[in-house]
Amino acid sequence: MAGKKESFATVWRKHKYKYLMIAPFGIIFLVFTLLPVLVAIFLSFTSFNMVEMPDFVGLENYVKLIVYDPIFLTAIKNTLFFAIVTGPVSYMMCFLFAWMVNDLPRIPRAIMTLVFYAPSISGNAYLVWKLLLSSDSYGWVNAWLLKLGVIREAVTWLVTKEYIMPILIIVQLWLSLGVSFLTFIAGFQSLDKSLLEAGSVEGIKNRWQELWYIILPSMKPQLMFGAVMQITSSLSVSQLSIDLVGFPSVSYAGHTILTHLHDFGNVRYELGYACTIAVILFFIMLFCNIIVQKLLRKLG
Amino acid sequence: MKIIAFVKNWYYRRKFKRRNRSIGGDLILILVLGFFGIFSLFPLLYTLTSAFKPFSEIFMYPPKLTVENPTLNNFFDLGTIIEDFTVPFSRYAFNTLVITGVGTVGTVLLGSLAAYPLAKYEFPGSKLMSNIIVYALMFSTSVTAIPNYLIMSALGIIDTYWAVILPAVGGTLGLYLMKNFMVQVPDDMLEAAKIDGCSELGIFWKVVMPLCKPAWITLVILSFQQMWGTTGGVFIYSEELKPLSYVLSQLVSGGISRTGVASAVSLLMLIVPIGVFVFSQSNVIETMATSGIKG
Repeated sequence: MAGKKESFATVWRKHKYKYLMIAPFGIIFLVFTLLPVLVAIFLSFTSFNMVEMPDFVGLENYVKLIVYDPIFLTAIKNTLFFAIVTGPVSYMMCFLFAWMVNDLPRIPRAIMTLVFYAPSISGNAYLVWKLLLSSDSYGWVNAWLLKLGVIREAVTWLVTKEYIMPILIIVQLWLSLGVSFLTFIAGFQSLDKSLLEAGSVEGIKNRWQELWYIILPSMKPQLMFGAVMQITSSLSVSQLSIDLVGFPSVSYAGHTILTHLHDFGNVRYELGYACTIAVILFFIMLFCNIIVQKLLRKLG
Repeated sequence: MKIIAFVKNWYYRRKFKRRNRSIGGDLILILVLGFFGIFSLFPLLYTLTSAFKPFSEIFMYPPKLTVENPTLNNFFDLGTIIEDFTVPFSRYAFNTLVITGVGTVGTVLLGSLAAYPLAKYEFPGSKLMSNIIVYALMFSTSVTAIPNYLIMSALGIIDTYWAVILPAVGGTLGLYLMKNFMVQVPDDMLEAAKIDGCSELGIFWKVVMPLCKPAWITLVILSFQQMWGTTGGVFIYSEELKPLSYVLSQLVSGGISRTGVASAVSLLMLIVPIGVFVFSQSNVIETMATSGIKG
C-alpha cells in the first residue's frame, strides 16, 4: 500500500481485476463461512427454536451452560482430555512417521506413505473397529484375548465407561495421519540436501542431531500448518464418537462438545443454546491454535 | 559366505551415500515402521477379507484375518439389496457424481482464481484477506452448521445439491494451498506475459495454472475425498437427492446379519479414494511441500 490515501475510485480502477477475481470465492466464503460465525454469535444471546423469532436473553445461555449444565462440563472435560492426548500425539506421529518414511528407498516409501495415509481417506471404514471390538466372542479383540487367557469372558468394549475414551483415542490416532502427514513428507522431500551435507561436515554424527539441528528449524512453516490441522481436527471429534459408542454414550463417557451441540441443535431444536455451545467451541479452537502458533514461533 | 560379503559390501556402499546412518538405527526404524504399519493396515485388511468371507467364516471362533473359502456372495447380496431400493441405485450414484464433480471443480477453480491476486500482488485489503484465510483454517465447519442451515433455508437452497456444494467451496484450505504454491511463480514470467498483451485472466489461465498443476491436482484429490464422503446430513433430506455414501452408510449400520455385506460396501467405498491417491501421489507430495504458515 504505497500511496497514503487513495480514493476509492483510484483503488478500484487500479486493482479492479484483482477484486473481481477474488469476488466469486469471496462471496461464497462470506456467506457460508464468515457470516455463519457472526450469526452463531448473535444467536448465542437469544432463545430460538426455528419456529418463533429469536428472543434476546442476554447472557442467560452462557450462564445456564457453564453453571447449570453438568453434562456440558463432562463434554468439555472429555473434549479437552481427548484433544490434549490426540492433538500432540497425532502431531508427533505425523512428524516421526514422515521422518522415518523419508529415510526409505523410493518404492517402499510410496507404499508406507499409502499405508499410513489410507485410514484418513477411507470414509467410514472406521466402522470396522465396531466389528473388531464387538462385545461377543466373535469380535476379533475379545476372541484373541479369550484364547490367550487374558480375559475370562467377553468384554463389552464399546459400552463400558472406562474403555470408551481410550478406544476413541486409539481410533482417532489411527485416522489422524492425514493432510499434516503429507505436508511433513513433502517438507522432508523438498529439504535442501546441501544443508544436510554441510551439517555432516560440521560434525553432525547421527540422525537425531540431524533432525534436531537442521531439519526442525528449516521445516517450521510446515510444522505450524500441521499443528493447526491436528488441533482443529482433534477438537472437532463427534461423528466418530456417535458411530462407535452410540449417542448418548454410556455415562456420557464419549460425550464431546460437538455431540452436545448435536443434541441441542438436531434433537431438541434449542438453537440459541446450541449456538452458545458452538461459539464456545469456536473460541476454544481459535485460542488453542493461536497459543500453539505463538509457542512454535518462539521455538528455534 | 560370498552372499554375506556381498550384502555387507552393498550395505556399506549405501551407507556411504547416506551420511549419519547406523545399522542399529536402520533396524529400529524398520521395526517401528513395521509395527505401526501393521496397526494402520490391519483394520483395512480385515475389511478387505471380510468382504470375501462366507457367512460361516464371519462367525468363526477365533476370527481370522485370512479367508479360507473366498466367495463373492456378499457382493451378490449387496446387489439384491440394492435392487429393492425405492430409489434406483443409479440415482444415488448420479447424485454423488454431481455433488463431487461440481464441488471439486468449484473449489479448485474459484479457490485458484482468488489465490492468484492474493499470492502475487499487494493491494488495499490483500493483507487483511490473507490473514482472515489463515484464521478461517483454525476452526472446523462443524461449529457453523446451525447458522449455515438457517442461511441456506433463507436462500431457499436447503434440500438441493447446493446445500452441500457451496459450504465446501467456501472452505479456505484450497485457496490457502494454491496461494502458497503460486507465490513461487517467478514474477518475470508474469511480466513477460503482460508485455505480450495478456490480460490478468489470461495470465492466470495460460501461465499460472499450468505452472501450478501439481497444486491443483492435489486440491482436486483433497476436495474429491471430502465430497465423496459427504452424506448430505440434514442439508439434503429428499431420498432421491441423497448421495451414495449416505445409502451405503445406512447399509453398514444394518446390524449383524449384514456384516459381510457391510464389509463389501466399505471396501467399494474405500477403493475409489485410495485409487485416486495412488494415481496422483507424486503431485500431492510436491504441493504439500509449500503448505507452511510463515512464522
